[in-house]
Amino acid sequence: MSTIVSLPDQSTAKLPKHTYLNNEYGLKSWLLTGDHKRIAILYLISITFFFFIGGAMAGLIRLELLTPQSDLVAADTYNKLFTMHGIIMIFLFLVPSVPATIGNFLIPIMVGAKDLAFPKINLLSWYLYIVGGCLILWALIAGGVDTGWTFTTPLSTHYLNTHVITAGMAIFVAGFSSIFTGLNFIVTIHRMRAPGMTWFRLPLFVWSHYAASILMVLGTPVLAITLVLVILERTIGIGVFDPTKGGDPLLFQHLFWFYSHPAVYIMILPGMGVISEVISTFSRKRVFGYTAVAFSSVAIAVFGFFVWAHHMFIMGVSNYSALVFSLLTMLVAVPSAIKIFNWAATLYKGSITFETPMLYAFGFMGLFTIGGLTGVFLGSLGMDIHLTETYFVVAHFHFVMVGGMLMAFLAGVHFWWPKITGRMYPEGLSKLAAGTTFIGFILTFFPQFIVGYLGMPRRYAAYPPEFQVLNVLSTAGASVLGIGYLLPILYLTWSLKYGKIAGNNPWQATGLEWQIQSPPLTENFVETPVIDYEAYDYEWLANKTKHEVQTVG
Amino acid sequence: MDSQAIVTLPEHEQPAHEHPDYVRHHFANADQQRETANFGMWLFLLTEIMFFSGMFAAYLIYRNWYYPAFVAGSHYMIIWAGTMNTAVLICSSFTMAMGVYSAEMRNRKALLRWLTLTLLLGLVFLGIKAYEWHAEWVEHHVPGLNFSIEDFTHVNPKYPADRPLSVGMADKTQIYFSLYFAMTGMHALHMCIGCGILIVLLFQAWGGTYTNGHMNTIENFGLYWHFVDIVWIFLYPLLYLISRHQ
Repeated sequence: MSTIVSLPDQSTAKLPKHTYLNNEYGLKSWLLTGDHKRIAILYLISITFFFFIGGAMAGLIRLELLTPQSDLVAADTYNKLFTMHGIIMIFLFLVPSVPATIGNFLIPIMVGAKDLAFPKINLLSWYLYIVGGCLILWALIAGGVDTGWTFTTPLSTHYLNTHVITAGMAIFVAGFSSIFTGLNFIVTIHRMRAPGMTWFRLPLFVWSHYAASILMVLGTPVLAITLVLVILERTIGIGVFDPTKGGDPLLFQHLFWFYSHPAVYIMILPGMGVISEVISTFSRKRVFGYTAVAFSSVAIAVFGFFVWAHHMFIMGVSNYSALVFSLLTMLVAVPSAIKIFNWAATLYKGSITFETPMLYAFGFMGLFTIGGLTGVFLGSLGMDIHLTETYFVVAHFHFVMVGGMLMAFLAGVHFWWPKITGRMYPEGLSKLAAGTTFIGFILTFFPQFIVGYLGMPRRYAAYPPEFQVLNVLSTAGASVLGIGYLLPILYLTWSLKYGKIAGNNPWQATGLEWQIQSPPLTENFVETPVIDYEAYDYEWLANKTKHEVQTVG
Repeated sequence: MDSQAIVTLPEHEQPAHEHPDYVRHHFANADQQRETANFGMWLFLLTEIMFFSGMFAAYLIYRNWYYPAFVAGSHYMIIWAGTMNTAVLICSSFTMAMGVYSAEMRNRKALLRWLTLTLLLGLVFLGIKAYEWHAEWVEHHVPGLNFSIEDFTHVNPKYPADRPLSVGMADKTQIYFSLYFAMTGMHALHMCIGCGILIVLLFQAWGGTYTNGHMNTIENFGLYWHFVDIVWIFLYPLLYLISRHQ
């Protein structure tokens, strides 16, 4: 199979002498760093840690659902398992996954800056994340939370005697970490671009992070105040959501989903940015309809703020508002589809090669399309009444979040691994992992569409015996999926020492980050770059390379 | 950050004179740093608006639902305290603005004077607010902890023309007071944070940090202070004034 990978001669190649990794040594140089690249690594380690905790819980959930009876864990423990799984995966993994790691590493380099606008706030944001993470771990060790990740009132305020306050505070703090990341990105993209780097020369990765950052900055504070009100209601008993005092639990839902629906776009948009880069690089073509893809990110961010009530169709909102929200929900499908079609058009007549990031990107395109289309089912009023609170919903958002975002995250990690570490991952094993993940994913979550359509409700430890076959399939798939996630952590760690030296630009990609050494210098660029070409201009790259060869010759 | 890390620009873009010590290594010049910091502050204030807007939305909805309870509740506000606090905050915004001006004029003494005045006015505000909260505690108007609907099922002596509320509606005054405490509480929390930062700024200004041309921090803190002031400018009419003569 053809490949575009071009590595330096391994017998003579060496890692660069000065990089951000060996600039300083010692724990203190990491914990007090202002370097966005080091903070990205700190984030990468911490979110991987929480991913495996959340993953372990998913494993236990699937094991429990192997049999119809509630036998492995008690129903109450099961409630805690899916709650903690949701909280950890959403707030401690998915929300920071691509932006805080890959985005943190790349945004300044892609715009041609030496660092993010506010390096100290960037570090603060990691510390806030860690404080939030520790509080979650504390809540977990102290006995867990069983409200579901949605903290629905009055269940969370009056009826449950678990660690809701600790978990609420954790999410409040972690929320500020996400606000600061978003704020830093927006300011950096506006104010720190290198000379010549106009808005329409920015890689689409930057556009999608810009859109996601708008959501972080505007949505997260609403969640923060909502959680404050829940905590105040639990502790001192103010009554904003308390029906006995005249408060309305539905208001909690409105405020909660005002953040938590845009939050799914916070989770998916950065992933879409990764996919744009990967698809373009491995089909050697400029992304088809660059402007449309760029603005579709912004459109998703804007529409995303006006669809929240589709989580509440069965909760007694007015029929007329439900109609409007249903219509708006379907409108979000338009910019999402624009992206999918444009990526497909990019592939058309491209010189496609099948490196690992590309495999993950293909996985993303297929799975995200299924996840997105089933979202349209759920957005239509009649279908939603049948499907809501069933496994259909579970399958739908796992297709988008896991099939979409996690695939994109892994695509990104593999794609930029040579840049981050200076070394290649093992190609064969990683292709195996990409395949395993895809197969495991389909096997885990596709049966859940069917079982949900047949009426199996979510969030129960026991279910009627006729659903067992599909649940066994799902659990079997989860084990395959688990292997698919364990493999990368093993071979990526291995590659830190034994991977092939990557050189500056192993993929022959056009991005600014590929024109500097790998791993980069602490200051990213030796001198401020001046940009005179558009993103994904492979002709420019070919000319530049030719020129270099001539100079050497 | 170490100063060796500064990467020199190509000759033609080299700013003629400016690269003073306070410019961080990743900025090309002081102007870029200042614009960036300002922009960041405005964005942060945007998140603050969203933070408060959750409570304002709740206020809007519940006010429509429980109109008589909101009217009755606001009749128990201590009007002189609220009015005085409004005046105090507006004055503190003026002194803060003068502080920013002094920093711009590189006048250390004036900066210290105006910042101290701002801090004092902030503390006066918090003092008056604490007095009000105490009065509300004494009158059993704190929902959850110490609340009784007694006051609202009887005629308010200050408003003899008002009819007392039914027990059902009197219960809803808890929503009014819940929002009152949540909103003024969050506002006071922001005031406390502001006063805390002011103390730090005062120490730094004492050492002359902000009168050597570097006044970003003072300017941006001024924005924050004015923002907190403006939140109060919305809270005061909503909680004290609009139902005063109903």
